[in-house]
Amino acid sequence: MRAGALPVAPPESDGGPARTSERGGADRPTGPRGSTLLRHLVVVLVAAAALLAASYLLDPFRNFQLATVAAYLCATAGLTVLIGLNGQLSLGHGALMATGAYTVALSQNALADRGMTGSWLLPLSLGAAVLTTIAVGAVIGVAAARLRGPYLAGVTLAVAVVVPALTVTFDGIFNGEQGLSVYLEPPPAALGPYFPYERWQLWIAGTATLLALLLVANLVRSRYGRNFRAVRDDEIAARLAGIHVARTQVIAFVLSAATAGLGGGLLAVLAQSVSPGAFSLTLSLFLLMAVVLGGLGSLAGAVWGAAVLVLLPELSHHLTEQLSLSPAVAQRLAGNLPLAIFGITLIVVMIAAPGGVQGLLSRLARTRPVRAGLRSLRRPTRRSRQTRT
Amino acid sequence: MRRSIRGGLAIATSLALFAATAGCGGDGSGSGSGDAVPGITDTEIVVGTHMPLTGPASAGYSTIAPATKAYFDYVNANGGVHGRKITYKIMDDGYNPANTQQVVRQLVLQDRVFAILNGLGTPTHTGVLDFLKSNRVPDLFVASGSRSWDQPDKYPGTFGFNVDYTVEGKILASYVRENLAGRKVCHFGQDDDFGRDSLAGVERILGAAAIGAKQTYVTSNTNVAPQIGAFKAAGCQVVILATVPGFTALSIGTGARLGFKPQWLVSNVGADYPTLAKQLGAAAPLLEGVIGVNYLPMNNDTANPWIQLFTKINQEHNGAAPFDGNTVYGMSVGYLFVQVLLAAGRDLTREAVTAAVEKGGYQGPGLAPLRFSATDHSGYGGERLTRVSGGVQQYFGPTYETDEGEGPVREYTGAPVPPPANGIPTAN
Repeated sequence: MRAGALPVAPPESDGGPARTSERGGADRPTGPRGSTLLRHLVVVLVAAAALLAASYLLDPFRNFQLATVAAYLCATAGLTVLIGLNGQLSLGHGALMATGAYTVALSQNALADRGMTGSWLLPLSLGAAVLTTIAVGAVIGVAAARLRGPYLAGVTLAVAVVVPALTVTFDGIFNGEQGLSVYLEPPPAALGPYFPYERWQLWIAGTATLLALLLVANLVRSRYGRNFRAVRDDEIAARLAGIHVARTQVIAFVLSAATAGLGGGLLAVLAQSVSPGAFSLTLSLFLLMAVVLGGLGSLAGAVWGAAVLVLLPELSHHLTEQLSLSPAVAQRLAGNLPLAIFGITLIVVMIAAPGGVQGLLSRLARTRPVRAGLRSLRRPTRRSRQTRT
Repeated sequence: MRRSIRGGLAIATSLALFAATAGCGGDGSGSGSGDAVPGITDTEIVVGTHMPLTGPASAGYSTIAPATKAYFDYVNANGGVHGRKITYKIMDDGYNPANTQQVVRQLVLQDRVFAILNGLGTPTHTGVLDFLKSNRVPDLFVASGSRSWDQPDKYPGTFGFNVDYTVEGKILASYVRENLAGRKVCHFGQDDDFGRDSLAGVERILGAAAIGAKQTYVTSNTNVAPQIGAFKAAGCQVVILATVPGFTALSIGTGARLGFKPQWLVSNVGADYPTLAKQLGAAAPLLEGVIGVNYLPMNNDTANPWIQLFTKINQEHNGAAPFDGNTVYGMSVGYLFVQVLLAAGRDLTREAVTAAVEKGGYQGPGLAPLRFSATDHSGYGGERLTRVSGGVQQYFGPTYETDEGEGPVREYTGAPVPPPANGIPTAN
């Protein structure tokens, strides 16, 4: 990271009057409904313009990395809403990503087998991925709404273990541990014969993710979002206020499942293959760690979490390259260092900045303290505190 | 309004961070404006690989790439290839195809490697075939015996190294036909191309009806008692294993626990005695009499000049790491790559390297011939049987070669060549 390159700040900070951060939602419920949508739309358009510019400025590998961040961002955004705003824990989101990824693979290959080609196929497959994970998420969500704390963790953990195992049990469909390759069209011919494939991948992932974020941000600032928070803070109070607690929890779970499914589908598009190894329990745990690192309270935290997921392994690889070690030690460190760094980062962040990266930034910006992040971490204290302006 | 400023700041910072890291990457690729061929300068050849250094498949396999690197270090210490030193970038993918996508892109797009050498794993490497093809990156000597690497029309730059699993299955099965006739033969395979290709080869020799029982396993489930129990119930006397090292050990151990002791015949990738003995620990004597196959010098054959050479390199450049079949494998890959670089000539291009491999005619540590030609991109074409006797794994009988089709299994009579005096091939 060279300091000289830092001033390349995109024209983003003053672009939109407000950002996707939904935390203000509770503070400003009185804003005209139309303007919230408008604000979010402006932000998304600015972000889309920034992404488009970035796709031309960055080299192909960075394009691919950014696309991967976008895919993870889908999942971490949904998980942030689920954990940070609704107070439900999930250790099974990696499995939900797998559901989406396998749906995309099966759908793309089935369409290709029937001789159907064209760039409209991919949105169709991604849509199918979202629908499938909505169905799966609804089933898990119904169970989750009846469970609390460690029991909920247990059930979602079971999901994380069972879904990859299904691919092995029904290996006629899913081809076991070897997985499936995903049929994909090359970029449209109109873009020219030498259009970098990675830029095309970034466009796909970026478009899908921005659309998903727009929907999530709006939902979170709507009545549903307020219900999520009310249920998180105090279920009894929420019930007294006329909120159907179980239904709200199921909705939150389905929402986060749908985004995870989209993220998984995008990962399948990026990797051009799916296999159970790519969606192990480790991924579920990494997603959880990522949203905690990023900051649980806000969608901006989800952005940080997704970036950390992609950049940390690379960073640790550079670190091992810098150190001149004996072959034996280097061999020992090579794969384990990323895990160690991840763990250490998590500990340091929990101690130094309990609100995650986003919480720290907020504090540095000398605006209000990281109450939302803190509150979501201490959720079980059951102190229904009034959000104030 | 302060909230929106704060939020905007967050996005701006995150994008700035990306721009900054991209700036670093840009510097790296921009500096090489003088060279037309990626990864090649007057003094350096940069190649990369992906390997499982961690995770369930890392046992044994994680030592391959360091051994290859040690051989390159040895060549570099002796002047390199045409005055160029070889830099080998090893990336860990944890045997996870999603990671493989990431690290191979990093190698090709960011580190600008000249070629990918000996990328390991069927599911992992399958995912990057198209990417390497569209970027015209030579994809040399993939570390797996899947027949996918041998598709010259579809993937002109991809070449295998290992013996095809089908060829291997045919050789093991023909040993069974010659020496274990009349016994009930069963097959235990990994539930992917590895196991399936092996079974196809076995059935080609013995006939599908002759296989008494067929079972498969997945690496994520380490309980093979149901499958081994089924073999026992079926009365199997010979079991052919297409298994990775961990599952070879598991199968033999489980068999002993169930009081089931057939004649085991093991695929090359899962038959390395030091690796298996380490896994079985005190139960290592169970390996007595196990038959395997190999095509490289045996690591314990201290009289073999190749083993003497590789042991010396292992001492000097690999930190005296444990010397097993994986070490021999890794160094053999390095030797073949140096041969190919020399054959490609001083003006190194990607086209020249691919053409040099297709020209074929390479001889090195291998007992069987390498089959490279314009129409054949598979690696070694034959194997020799090994047997564990008195805790020592040794070759016996002739070397066999065959094809992956209907061709017969026949003896290969060519004699192995000794290494050059200084251990570095010369251009001819």
